[in-house]
Amino acid sequence: MTQIVRTPHEGPRAASAKRPGRSAVSRRSVTLITGCVLSGMILLLALVSLFWTPYAPDDTSGGRLTGPGAGHLLGTDKLGRDLFTQLMTGSRIAVEAGLGSVLIAAVAGVTLGVLAAFAQGWLDDTLSAFLDILIAFPTLLLAMLIVAARSATLGSAVLAIGLAQSAVVARVVRILVKRVLAQDYITAARTSGTSWPRIVAGHVLPNIWPTLVVNLALQFGLAVLAEAGLSYLGLGAPPPNASWGRMLQEAQATFTTAPAGALAPGVLLVLLVIGVNLVADGLRDTLDPATGRRRS
Amino acid sequence: MTLLDIRGLTIRTTDGHTLVDDLSLTIAGGERRGLIGESGSGKSLTTLAVLGLLPDGMTATGSIELAGTQIVGAREKHLTRVRGTDAAIVFQEPLTALDPLMRVGRQIAEPLARRRGLKGAELQRAVARALEQVRLPEPDRIARAFPHEISGGQRQRVALAMALACEPKLLIADEPTTALDVSVQADMLDLIDTLVRERDMAVLFVSHDLAVVARVTDRVLVMKDGRAVEEGDVREIVRRPREEYTAALVASARRLESALDTRRAR
Repeated sequence: MTQIVRTPHEGPRAASAKRPGRSAVSRRSVTLITGCVLSGMILLLALVSLFWTPYAPDDTSGGRLTGPGAGHLLGTDKLGRDLFTQLMTGSRIAVEAGLGSVLIAAVAGVTLGVLAAFAQGWLDDTLSAFLDILIAFPTLLLAMLIVAARSATLGSAVLAIGLAQSAVVARVVRILVKRVLAQDYITAARTSGTSWPRIVAGHVLPNIWPTLVVNLALQFGLAVLAEAGLSYLGLGAPPPNASWGRMLQEAQATFTTAPAGALAPGVLLVLLVIGVNLVADGLRDTLDPATGRRRS
Repeated sequence: MTLLDIRGLTIRTTDGHTLVDDLSLTIAGGERRGLIGESGSGKSLTTLAVLGLLPDGMTATGSIELAGTQIVGAREKHLTRVRGTDAAIVFQEPLTALDPLMRVGRQIAEPLARRRGLKGAELQRAVARALEQVRLPEPDRIARAFPHEISGGQRQRVALAMALACEPKLLIADEPTTALDVSVQADMLDLIDTLVRERDMAVLFVSHDLAVVARVTDRVLVMKDGRAVEEGDVREIVRRPREEYTAALVASARRLESALDTRRAR
């Protein structure tokens, strides 16, 4: 009676049978590596710009609109400032804008989203309505309000973008948390006497994390684009801090004669956004041990 | 000594449906009790109500006293203390009852660390012991595995180890073998039977399968549409069912058994 006969079903399985095939692994790492290289390149530019740039950002000694050449790698703008230098400081602004906004969006969004998921009745309705209004409110308008109330700085732009994005993040988090809370393992954790705060920290957040990270990376890309848009309109970082958005706007008039001024920041903007999205995609697969199984 | 005393338990949804109607049930310490009925008869809701875990939108009235604590209307803080130590549940579906992103060892360690204050190497030994006692081979390997890396039978053993971690006075097993292969089912039943006897633990074994319940319990309560239909000794009920519904359950179990016998005879 006490002797337990072990059936073949319960024997340890060959680990390889449960792992995704070789091709799936390599495709996944290609995505991750490409993304890391692209965003890493720009991160490197941003980091180096903290210590060294070829010229001072406001050095106008280069002569107006010189083309790419030995003295100036990408040429100069219409005020004679080195384009590559501006591109480097611009990448720092872009990374700062992305990280800052995502940080605000993550902290405010996750908090609001978890609260909304636990809220019931009128509180749930109120929170959801509030989030919907915030989402419907154009980021640009919010940014203009904040800039009017404070001043046109990178901080104002980041605050505006972060707040607008926190509503989007909160709505995603609310749904994700609700879905996790309906799972049996939450009930199982509760039957063993685990308190709600511990369940949220130990089970809910780790389980929404893979999806959340992908969403936050997406938000990072969108924040970089939004900051460029705000700078283009003169609502972002003030001169002499070159931002890619303002570079685009300044180079617009001379695009036919000196296309490098507009092309360079445009290309970097696209590369950064794509790079971050690829990193997100690769990360999702590596963070979720079950995804690999489902895909194989 | 009465461990669980349910009196006049009624569970209703907010829109007025009655799911469990005036159910009474007592379990003494060390008693092995079956709760049997078809799907939707309110068995699982009753077990959830015992730990104050009814889903949102359902309310319980009546009285549930578990080891001297009134569960109906109790505050979450009191319930947290009762759960896991006075009673624990093993659920039907072992895959969904384990957190897919947490290594098995950590899931077992969680209640051990919280309730017994174990740490470090001591905690790891306790986890290995918990896995060993449910007869899992290579406890160290299993502890490091994610739920999707082990088999269904192994997962259910892990769930059982989690439920037993804090030595509950009452183990509630809600169809613990239904999701398993037939060959694994028998092992699981024997295991539960052995562990419960060893610890002198009370069991509330919930199933729709009379044959399964008869194997691990002494007395059964038959439920239909949220009401208790019949209660008594397992053998008595199988031999002389008083209610038509119970007779139908017995007959269906018999039919299955005789079908198997004929096949074996061939």
